[in-house]
Amino acid sequence: MSEALLASETPGVGATAVPAPASGARQFWRRLRTQRAALAAAAVVALLVLVALAAPLFTALEGQDPTSYHPALVDSARGGVPVGPFGGISSEHWLGVEPQTGRDLFARLVYGARVSLGVALAATVLQVAIGVTVGLAGGLGGRWLDQTLSRATDVMVALPLMVLALALLAVVPGGFPRPVLVALVIGFVGWGGVAKVVRAKTISLKSLDHVAAARLSGWGGVRIARRELLPALAAPVITYAALLVPTNITVEAALSFLGVGVKPPTASWGQMLTSADVWYQAAPQYLLLPAAALFVTVLALTVLGDGVRTALDPRAASRLRVGTLRTRKADTLRTRKPDTLRTRKPDTLRTRKDGS
Amino acid sequence: MSLVEVEDLGVEFGAVRAVDSVSFTLAPGAALGLVGESGSGKSTVASALLGLHRDTGARVTGSVRVGGVDVAAAGDDELRRLRGGVAAMVFQDPLSALDPYFAVGDQIAEVHRAHSGVSRRAARARAVDVLGRVGIPDAARRARSRPHEFSGGMRQRALIAMALACEPDLLIADEPTTALDVTVQAQILDLLHALREETGMGLLLVTHDVGVAAESVDDVLVMRDGRVVERGGVAQVLGAPREAYTRELLSAVPRVEGSGSGPVPGSGTSSGSGSDSGSGSAAGADDGVGDGGGVGDGGGGGGGDAEGVVDARRAEGVVGDVVVEAEGLRRVFGRGRRAFTAVDGVSLTVRAGETLGVVGESGSGKTTLGRMLVGLLEPTAGQLRHGGAEKPGKGAAPGVQMVFQDPVSSLNPRRSVGESIADPLRARGDRDGDAIRARVRDLMQRVGLDPAHYDRYPHEFSGGQRQRVGIARALAAEPRLIVCDEPVSALDVTTQAQVTALLAELQRELGLALVFVAHDLAVVRQVSDRVAVMRNGRIVEQGPVDEVYGAPQDPYTRQLLAAVPALDPAVAAERRAARAAGAHAVREDGGAAGKELAAA
Amino acid sequence: MTATATATTTSAAARSRGGAAALGGLLGGGFTGFVLRRVLGAVVTLFVLSVVIYAVFYVAPGDVAQITCGPRCSPAQVQQVSEQLKLDDPIHVRYLDFLRGVLVGHDYSTGTSVLHCDAPCLGLSYQTDQQVTELILNKVPVTASLAIGAMVLWLILGVGTGVLSAWRRGRPTERVLTALTLAGTATPVFVIGLLLMILVCGKLQWLPFPQYVPFTDDPQQWAWNLLLPWVSLALIEAAKYARLTRSSMLETLAEDHVRTFRAYGVRERSIVGRHALRGALAPVIALSANDFGSMFGGALLTETLFGLPGLGRELVQAVRVVDLPVVVGMVLVTGFFVVLANAVADVLYAVADRRVVLS
Repeated sequence: MSEALLASETPGVGATAVPAPASGARQFWRRLRTQRAALAAAAVVALLVLVALAAPLFTALEGQDPTSYHPALVDSARGGVPVGPFGGISSEHWLGVEPQTGRDLFARLVYGARVSLGVALAATVLQVAIGVTVGLAGGLGGRWLDQTLSRATDVMVALPLMVLALALLAVVPGGFPRPVLVALVIGFVGWGGVAKVVRAKTISLKSLDHVAAARLSGWGGVRIARRELLPALAAPVITYAALLVPTNITVEAALSFLGVGVKPPTASWGQMLTSADVWYQAAPQYLLLPAAALFVTVLALTVLGDGVRTALDPRAASRLRVGTLRTRKADTLRTRKPDTLRTRKPDTLRTRKDGS
Repeated sequence: MSLVEVEDLGVEFGAVRAVDSVSFTLAPGAALGLVGESGSGKSTVASALLGLHRDTGARVTGSVRVGGVDVAAAGDDELRRLRGGVAAMVFQDPLSALDPYFAVGDQIAEVHRAHSGVSRRAARARAVDVLGRVGIPDAARRARSRPHEFSGGMRQRALIAMALACEPDLLIADEPTTALDVTVQAQILDLLHALREETGMGLLLVTHDVGVAAESVDDVLVMRDGRVVERGGVAQVLGAPREAYTRELLSAVPRVEGSGSGPVPGSGTSSGSGSDSGSGSAAGADDGVGDGGGVGDGGGGGGGDAEGVVDARRAEGVVGDVVVEAEGLRRVFGRGRRAFTAVDGVSLTVRAGETLGVVGESGSGKTTLGRMLVGLLEPTAGQLRHGGAEKPGKGAAPGVQMVFQDPVSSLNPRRSVGESIADPLRARGDRDGDAIRARVRDLMQRVGLDPAHYDRYPHEFSGGQRQRVGIARALAAEPRLIVCDEPVSALDVTTQAQVTALLAELQRELGLALVFVAHDLAVVRQVSDRVAVMRNGRIVEQGPVDEVYGAPQDPYTRQLLAAVPALDPAVAAERRAARAAGAHAVREDGGAAGKELAAA
Repeated sequence: MTATATATTTSAAARSRGGAAALGGLLGGGFTGFVLRRVLGAVVTLFVLSVVIYAVFYVAPGDVAQITCGPRCSPAQVQQVSEQLKLDDPIHVRYLDFLRGVLVGHDYSTGTSVLHCDAPCLGLSYQTDQQVTELILNKVPVTASLAIGAMVLWLILGVGTGVLSAWRRGRPTERVLTALTLAGTATPVFVIGLLLMILVCGKLQWLPFPQYVPFTDDPQQWAWNLLLPWVSLALIEAAKYARLTRSSMLETLAEDHVRTFRAYGVRERSIVGRHALRGALAPVIALSANDFGSMFGGALLTETLFGLPGLGRELVQAVRVVDLPVVVGMVLVTGFFVVLANAVADVLYAVADRRVVLS
């Protein structure tokens, strides 16, 4: 589902072949810096990453760990409701304890960040790796390879990510640590969008004159792919990846919520929500904390992803921001001669179809 | 009262002052041309007449009155009535200027309704009516077609019909023919002329093409960098320009009549004889402006038959051995019912030191031919011999390079120009970094670039400079043949002249064989020794330039040449009359469009 | 015209497009050809899908017999299961067997009796020996009730929001709507569902905790019970559609033809409502088709959260107990409907916009 959204929400990616200026990295930072929302989001993400990385430090500060049971802190007579006010908040347990088990909520929340971000990032890396490989192979390979890979990509894009991931989790072997498994599954089913974007971009790049010039210079295919194509693919791939991370966070949380993702004793925000509705009256923070954590994380990552897109493709972004008439530079007009004009039309058509 | 009064107009986009104190008036029914190169601000002025800069962040100063309405002060409703109702605009690219999702007739009806408020049915009838008036055959049926089902010329007619539907007092045409082939361009210009005579509307024509202006307007305003350089009657400005810039601009314009035959070393002696007939007088009249912009060599050449020229030049060591020889080249794209033959049995020979011009309209197969010659495309059939030997296997041919059309996409934006130029050197195995750098610097110097700019990136260069980089990269491979695919069509006319001059110079110096592919007949004449005219994948006529241009044998060549705008308004009027006479025999664009439709 | 364009691209690009052209040549051009091509493409995709799914689930990771039998099975029992499932046959034999079941039906011998499984046979549940096809069919009404209601809601809400923010671009209205949609995209459906359920059903007690009541039993109760799931699902999905609609419309608004209509004094309302909205139609239709097809995999989270016995909850339960035939059947059926919905949407869209046929 979100695949389609990402693809169609990324105008220009994969379609336009007009390159970014050479000093890409510096320009990128300059453009990113001008967006206040993206900067704030980046700060939030940085904080979350810090929390995730330094999770043991935080819990050590509190003096708790995420897996120890504290039976004394829950009232087994009342079904496991935390003892004490506000769900058992105390100086030892800053955010209270989990109902039934009495595990420390703060520790579980902090370690949940670890799982959430770790799984999402690992899955994204995998998705990008597979997607770029498949997309490049399809875009550069012969007709049959391209047709086969495109078909496979279509299948991956068509199938709902959640359904496939869920189904796969039924058959994966049990030996692995669960978070690793979840990341692998999400990574292996969610690469379709990247592959589509990369293939489309590769094909449009391939027809650019500087690639033809490199061929005339006598370079072979590998060198051309490395020097002329890959650098130009970076921007759309990064843009896409930035939007994949929040999606993956949601998918992990959803799988864990359904009880097939990350399983106890490992802490995960999604899994914390599974039984939260039962306890909302006695310990509302058991519901609200992981919900808020998820919301803030996904929101920050989405805003940051939008910012990255704006910084990488300012033309598309300005198109989205200002819809009023822009006077075009005469320069761009002059380049359109009869031949180029004719080429444009089928291209825009294809874009329209690919984009959806 | 004047129809348009522009006083001290200034337009700023941020820190860029695109238009600076421009003033002019346009009487009802008069025709004014705004002529200038890219960045001269001419289109910005046109947009200002309709208040199109409103809400764009542009800062507009001065006053603009159109049909008595102060554009800056007008309220939203008043401005809406002005747009279309008083002054209607025709845009450059007729495909993107129409909504792809709606029938052409509906779009015209929508615009008409916005002004007249008539019923849907009446508006549709009106749309059919105006489509018929602009020469769209079977207008009632075609009104239901969508833009992509129209040919380029018909789309532009439809846009003009949209303007007509509102019965404006002024037609603003912003580069109305730039995206069109030369024969279609002539038809559109003729149509504009006829409509103006019929309705008495005023015309403001924005164009970079001096010839187009000469064909269509009474007065002309030459603009540069946002300012008016010169103004006056079109005959006076184009015939006897007062300002240096105007002279420079005019001298850079290549003449299809075959002027600018400056001192051509070598060929000069053997030329001049024979068949420079027909347009010879026109060429003489234009003489003396031809080489002002550095249009040196390659143009003109001489008369005599093909072998005569070649023999003469070979004797002087200018034209050498056969570099590339093509026989029955064919290229088919697609298969089955969708198969399309882009190049259909082309044979040609290019010798060292000579330039073969390949000229044709869009879809003629000239670019495909060029790409086959360098080995970027494999021919479906036919033979291609480089230096007498069959090309070995697939892929790029040795000793052959290409200069591309688009100065933006032909250079990798992420690599410094020096590295791009060094590509062929590294690819053939050179490893000595210093030697490579030195060689690249030499090449940059040679093509007129500052060698100190080795580490700069393409976006820091202008279009003309980028084409020079492309030429340097081609030269680095020490080729015997360079195929230039529309190398100057994206450039301004003054830059064009410099780049073609450079190519000619390099050819003379290095004894290169050049294949010059272009749609612009005048440019091709300027640079070529021999020319091949292509149509629908075939060469319809081939021979020495002066022969082909002077005494064209094929009717298509004649049609092409007749369609080229003349710089002399008097000649332009004459040609228009001739075209009008010819048009009775052949229902030109409509017929062609009909065929295109049938094929689709 | 396509051919003209092809002529200017490089050989490799031309070659890759040559494939489609070859197919087009076979099937003929024009609209019928397009439909045939699209259907053929869908069939091929489905075939690839079934092969991949079958391979992944029955071959790839674990020991199927062990998984099926459960962790406490003895090696002998595992062996028995393996024989019963014909797991020792080569994979392609098993796949063809499966394919035959889908196309013409299948007979299963369960030791003593023979069980016939009708034409689109997706196998028998390991857990209940029920036919997977039947099992799925039983759950369709629930999921359809949820999906159709929610979809109507989210299309109205999402597209409406998108149009409004494109029209009021740059104004406070747009900023508020953009913030809301952003919040919507950042909220997982089970979070909003949980919160709403606790608030509306628990605290305020305006609505009952949802329980599925068949439409045929009591339409009013049916709607009343489904209201909360509808709203929860629609809110989240609407955010997605609003973003998509807005961005496509703004993209269209930046195109040249919009400039034409502005330059001819056409009202902004008409430009946005007619031309920009028309440009956004294609991606919205495509996304709707995909989402509609996906619904046959069930609204996993919504159904699980609200305890609605639909396809999604069935799948979750099958996954929990590793009932492979049910899992594989569900995935295949989902894939089938997604591919089908996409093909139908493409064809419908081509009816509206013939340019698609040309490409």
